Amino acid sequence: MQRLTHLQRLEAESIHIMREVVAEAQNPVMLYSVGKDSAVMLHIARKAFYPAPPPFPLLHVDTTWKFRDMYALRDKMAQKSGMELLVWHNPEAQERGINPFDHGPLHTDMWKTEGLKQALDHYGFDAAFGGARRDEEKSRAKERIFSFRTATHAWDPKNQRPELWNLYNTRKAKGESIRVFPISNWTELDIWQYIMAENIEIVPLYLAQKRPTVERDGLLLMVDDDRFPLKPGEEPVMRSIRFRTLGCYPLTGAVESEADTLEQVVQEMLLTTTSERQGRAIDKDSGGAGMEKKKQEGYF
Amino acid sequence: MADNPAPEPRYQADALIAEDITAYLEQHQNKDLLRFITCGSVDDGKSTLIGRLLYDSKMIFEDQLNELEADSKRVGTQGGEIDFALLVDGLSAEREQGITIDVAYRFFATEKRKFIVADTPGHEQYTRNMVTGASTADLAVILIDARKGVLVQTRRHSYLAHLLGIRHIVLAVNKMDLVDYDRDVFENIVEDYKVFAKDIGIEEFTAIPISGFKGDNITTAPSANTPWYEGPSLIEHLETVEIGNVADQARSFRMPVQWVNRPNLDFRGFAGLIASGEIAPGQEVRVVPSGKTSRVKSIVTLDGELDRAVVGQSITVTLEDEIDCSRGDVIAAADDPPQSADQFEATIVWMSEEALLPGRGYWLKLGTQTVTATVAEPKYEIDVNSLEHLASKTLHLNAIGVAEVTTERPITFEPYADSRTLGGFILIDKLTNATVAAGMIHFSLRRAQNVHWQAIEVSREAHAGLKNQKPAVLWFTGLSGSGKSTIANLVEKQLYRMNRHTFLLDGDNVRHGLNKDLGFTEADRIENIRRVGEVAKLMADAGLIVITAFISPFRAEREMVRKMLPEGEFIEVFIDTPLEVAEERDVKGLYKKARSGELKNFTGIDSPYEAPLEPEIRIDTTAMTPEEAAAFIVKKLIP
Repeated sequence: MQRLTHLQRLEAESIHIMREVVAEAQNPVMLYSVGKDSAVMLHIARKAFYPAPPPFPLLHVDTTWKFRDMYALRDKMAQKSGMELLVWHNPEAQERGINPFDHGPLHTDMWKTEGLKQALDHYGFDAAFGGARRDEEKSRAKERIFSFRTATHAWDPKNQRPELWNLYNTRKAKGESIRVFPISNWTELDIWQYIMAENIEIVPLYLAQKRPTVERDGLLLMVDDDRFPLKPGEEPVMRSIRFRTLGCYPLTGAVESEADTLEQVVQEMLLTTTSERQGRAIDKDSGGAGMEKKKQEGYF
Repeated sequence: MADNPAPEPRYQADALIAEDITAYLEQHQNKDLLRFITCGSVDDGKSTLIGRLLYDSKMIFEDQLNELEADSKRVGTQGGEIDFALLVDGLSAEREQGITIDVAYRFFATEKRKFIVADTPGHEQYTRNMVTGASTADLAVILIDARKGVLVQTRRHSYLAHLLGIRHIVLAVNKMDLVDYDRDVFENIVEDYKVFAKDIGIEEFTAIPISGFKGDNITTAPSANTPWYEGPSLIEHLETVEIGNVADQARSFRMPVQWVNRPNLDFRGFAGLIASGEIAPGQEVRVVPSGKTSRVKSIVTLDGELDRAVVGQSITVTLEDEIDCSRGDVIAAADDPPQSADQFEATIVWMSEEALLPGRGYWLKLGTQTVTATVAEPKYEIDVNSLEHLASKTLHLNAIGVAEVTTERPITFEPYADSRTLGGFILIDKLTNATVAAGMIHFSLRRAQNVHWQAIEVSREAHAGLKNQKPAVLWFTGLSGSGKSTIANLVEKQLYRMNRHTFLLDGDNVRHGLNKDLGFTEADRIENIRRVGEVAKLMADAGLIVITAFISPFRAEREMVRKMLPEGEFIEVFIDTPLEVAEERDVKGLYKKARSGELKNFTGIDSPYEAPLEPEIRIDTTAMTPEEAAAFIVKKLIP
């Protein structure tokens, strides 16, 4: 008798979901944000279709404000996986010079939310894998694995389909699309354990290192390049920091830490007393319903 | 009431994490996974219990806890003490946002196991949600309020859990603190439940007296308040109960093929999730339904080949021989393959606001197979509260019934009791693509292999060749009085003059014979069209040009007939006459009767007409005479 561990079961489920999409969708794509969840998702995709490369491209909806380390790993992983990498920049955001310092929430809205819709429309993708997990946030506990979007990318909470057993109804009308979350049932600890067990390469920013930082509005921000406008009297300070989640560097808060191995990171995570998304500014927009609202608008 | 509430443990991580993270991770990595569902309503303390499980297993962080404490003081129902229900209760938020109340999945782990909890509302109007949550669960926790005992909802929850094949039932008798931890109260409830459980086929269950609010018998047992209780705590039981896939591993090998992996000419792998049993290189397998056999050559992974794979793993296998095998096929143990059939008895749970239409074609998805299927009028509906069998002609939202299901071609299956994967199916509406029902197969009504679909030597090509024509079905559709029969008659006359072999089926001649048992309800109209479609198909097989003239108001039914015929042989002729014009003509005086209410379900008046979206031929009768229309149609058919 061979007992499967929880990670083996989760991996098998994720592979099953990805294969189901490839078998039934016309033109799937994997949304790749370069974070640890994306890293796991990509790794599972490579396993699911081996020895073929995953039969879909990677899509990075870029804001031009990610950490430099993220761009480096992104290009490396695309090459390693043998997948086509598509990078989308919202042309309008680019033209208007939208940035996180001057434009606040508009930055995420235009680069990410609008950018994603544009990219999906541009390439005509009808199914997009995303790395969201149900344990991330209250409103995600009820998210389906297959989430249907209208032709205008709207998410209609009243019109989502029941998901029984591991049977997924992937049928949709022309113009409609599906967001598919193959790692829905993974927790943050599962993700870390899998990264360790499978030796998955992640952005070094997850590990502590001395980095130039400034403190703003209660967030510890890293000065990743010279686009960071320092306020009068503000001076970057070298601190040993790491990141629990990664996004645009001017919007992502670091934690002070000495954990420079994966084990230590997990140890800190388990001993810590605050939940994962705390360092991310995005949830704090429009109060508690922030993520819910973003979802209806099409951000994931 | 107990004198003192149990002390609330503040967040405190496992000591091992701090001492030896590597050892901790090692331990955690080898945990297995139990999925369970909690059944009960807010009144039973379900949310409190789940909140308690998350809290006791340290899944709640300080920021969440602070928020919880603040919320508890503000809106809590526990007099300022921590109200665990607030952790999981999104109900009010859901109502505000208008979200369908749904299944929430929550995660926690103990030192021994990981858990995924499906949390669903317990009221009758959420039966479909509970069924969804139960479909992936190995265990069900059925909550009972100790003050109220076994209620109607307890029976409903137990029945649904059993129906979905959950093998482990836990009867959690909650709110023991409110009955002074009285042993007799607990034991009476257990006795009551035992009688009922046996009735519905639940042989075994584990009863635990708990207080979700105070924490009794949640993590350790017995609590100081229940010294008389000798069983495990809830967590202890969840940690040790045997997980379902052990039994599935002992069964014969089955793997529905999801996807064929062909990166190059030298590699052909079959990818799928193993539904039961195990597999190793060299093992003989049979591909169902073709029946061809081969041996497993290798089990291929990114990290090298495997010696063995078991139920629950997603794998890619290669076979020794080049045999036909594609998505929808099942690779199975050669000496014990599953059956194929095209007619079943099944229990069906209806999940859509739109009721079941017996006879209508739905997509049926089972494993990796998707086929058109029809459901007959239910044999009976089951009252989920009393479990009585009721007569019913259809199934409405949340109704559960037993009915015959017919698929357009045989599918590979197993009874649901043996296999959730090969026995459970969903039905999908062909127009809206909504998932409208879940079904569980009991058994096949006839073995498809006994029906000999022998290739008949005089083929349909031979029939058509003799008549020197290409068979076709000219399907006229349009409102009553639109001119269908008139034009169809003229078309047939013209074709006859051109030496074509034709036959005209119309509403009046078919209704007097073949379909005289049918009325004009929506369901009967569908059956009417289905029969006409089948007859038209046989006639086309015989080489005839068939002309049909039926209102055939529903798109789905016309599509169903289209799918019965080879591509290009179904020609939809839309006789497009505006309702006012048809009503004005009113040749048979039917509109008048319908308007006065004398005639019910009349298309265009109190029953809908779904106009074709892309008909092959459209006739605007306000712009053409019947003769011109007929000539136009014949010209389209035979240029």
